[in-house]
Amino acid sequence: MFSSFMVNAWASGSIVAVLAGVVGFFVVLRGAAFQAHAIPNGAFAGAAFANLVGIDPLIGLAIFSVGAALGIGVLGRRGRGDVVTALALVLLLALGALFLSRTSAYGPEVFSLLFGELLGVGTSQLLPVGLLAVACVATIGLLFRPLMLTSVLGEVAEAKGIPIARLQGAFLVVVALATAMTVPVVGALLIFALMIGPPAAARSLSARPMVGIALSVLLALVTIWSSIASSYLTDWPVGFFVGVLGAALYAIGRGTAMLARGQSRRHDRV
Amino acid sequence: MHWLFEPGFFSSGPVHVALVIGGVSGVVSALVGVFTVVRGQAFGGHALTDVSTAGGSGALLLGLTPLTGFVAGGLLGGAAMEALGTEHERGRDVATGIVLGAATGLAALFLYLDATSGATSGTAQQVLFGSIFVVQSSILPAVVVLAALTVALVAALYRPLVLSTVSPEIAAARGVRVRLIGVLYMAALAMSVGLSSLTIGTVLSTALLIGPPAAALQITRSMGRALLAAALIGVATTWLGVLLSYDSFDWGSSHEAMPVSFFVVALVFAAYLAAGVSRRRPARLRDAEVR
Repeated sequence: MFSSFMVNAWASGSIVAVLAGVVGFFVVLRGAAFQAHAIPNGAFAGAAFANLVGIDPLIGLAIFSVGAALGIGVLGRRGRGDVVTALALVLLLALGALFLSRTSAYGPEVFSLLFGELLGVGTSQLLPVGLLAVACVATIGLLFRPLMLTSVLGEVAEAKGIPIARLQGAFLVVVALATAMTVPVVGALLIFALMIGPPAAARSLSARPMVGIALSVLLALVTIWSSIASSYLTDWPVGFFVGVLGAALYAIGRGTAMLARGQSRRHDRV
Repeated sequence: MHWLFEPGFFSSGPVHVALVIGGVSGVVSALVGVFTVVRGQAFGGHALTDVSTAGGSGALLLGLTPLTGFVAGGLLGGAAMEALGTEHERGRDVATGIVLGAATGLAALFLYLDATSGATSGTAQQVLFGSIFVVQSSILPAVVVLAALTVALVAALYRPLVLSTVSPEIAAARGVRVRLIGVLYMAALAMSVGLSSLTIGTVLSTALLIGPPAAALQITRSMGRALLAAALIGVATTWLGVLLSYDSFDWGSSHEAMPVSFFVVALVFAAYLAAGVSRRRPARLRDAEVR
């Protein structure tokens, strides 16, 4: 399980988990689950495009997912956010399907892009993935205060003159960059599970932001590590374990929170 | 007309089946989708399609028809979302996301098992991106019955559904059982998603559910007219998508048709944008607020 060809999987999986834990915390806090689900599909289209044209997948991933984030941000300001997100999502998937149908590698390629390929990460990709991760976490760190404020107290933030729409756009771009590099590891559909399950569980366990983020990262790490191990042992797709463990963590978190609330009846929102 | 309809378009059996199934699911998705859009349940509707993916791939594993799995999966997923869903919007967002994540995990496993059991090749793209040209004509009666059931359910619910969609408080005050209506509506949604999953695949059935209604609602505010317009746009986009995909076989030198799902989605998106442009009059309030 820890032999040389698995080293990349463990390393990239851990980077992905830390990132998903941090970014996902704000995704849950801001109620941006749908956007976070849609943007990775841009990465799917991007990977398919890179495959077709013959460029570095990471470049294709980054271009398409950032494009998706900006598109959702801009169009969402004019129309209804959820409708725009849904349409952007299906457009990206359709483009991905089109690009893949133009290459010969249709079947297996679709599957690994959507559901992840544990061994799909090469050593040469680790460095850019790591750098992107640092950049994303740093950006979240810089935006921490306005992000918290707009998420929790929208009116106050507005009164203080924080440019809410632009902040949301910047946040979506961070989500896009975060997903761009995680798609090859856990797949377009399941990076989402990692961004929602552990953070949602963390949020129901603690109302304090810093504790919540730390818990969220910890739970995401536990999820990805046990998923990689289980996937190695059973040969089943890693995405299956990520999805189911994420939901299980959330169920446990909510159960615990409900028990705790039985004693002190307070609302579980921050 | 030769430049428009490639030879054999009207005499091909698979094309007939594709046009019938596409038209039926286009209409049903559009009718159900108008409510989805007005209720702000685009995310929930989309999540149901992914739950259907799990159902469809699981059904193939058990040797059932995908349609059975699509519908069963959708119904179960809808029930789970209703059960988990909390009252405020962000809670619902997360509950939907959790169901979605778990369902895609299951779909990943089922598709993997489908592929390794070797029973069917290319299951993944068949379930995910549809295969309207290879649908067996023997499934047509089931499709029509399911479509009729879905439309009948929406029609039966029509008045309380409109009321509880537009204003849940007034509906509750008038004695409408808002929660029950919501659950029944979820069932209609699951059935329509099952239908459109056959056409353009589960992943893209969101396009038919959200696109035509969203375009229609930009053109008109009246519920009745929106339903009519959405149904028309839904049929037009699927039929045109089928036609273009058929024609695309002769584009270029590769002699390989481009996927129907791509054309349908592209057309739906274009319809949404066009509807937005056609209605440029009132500078909307929310816009001004956000900036």
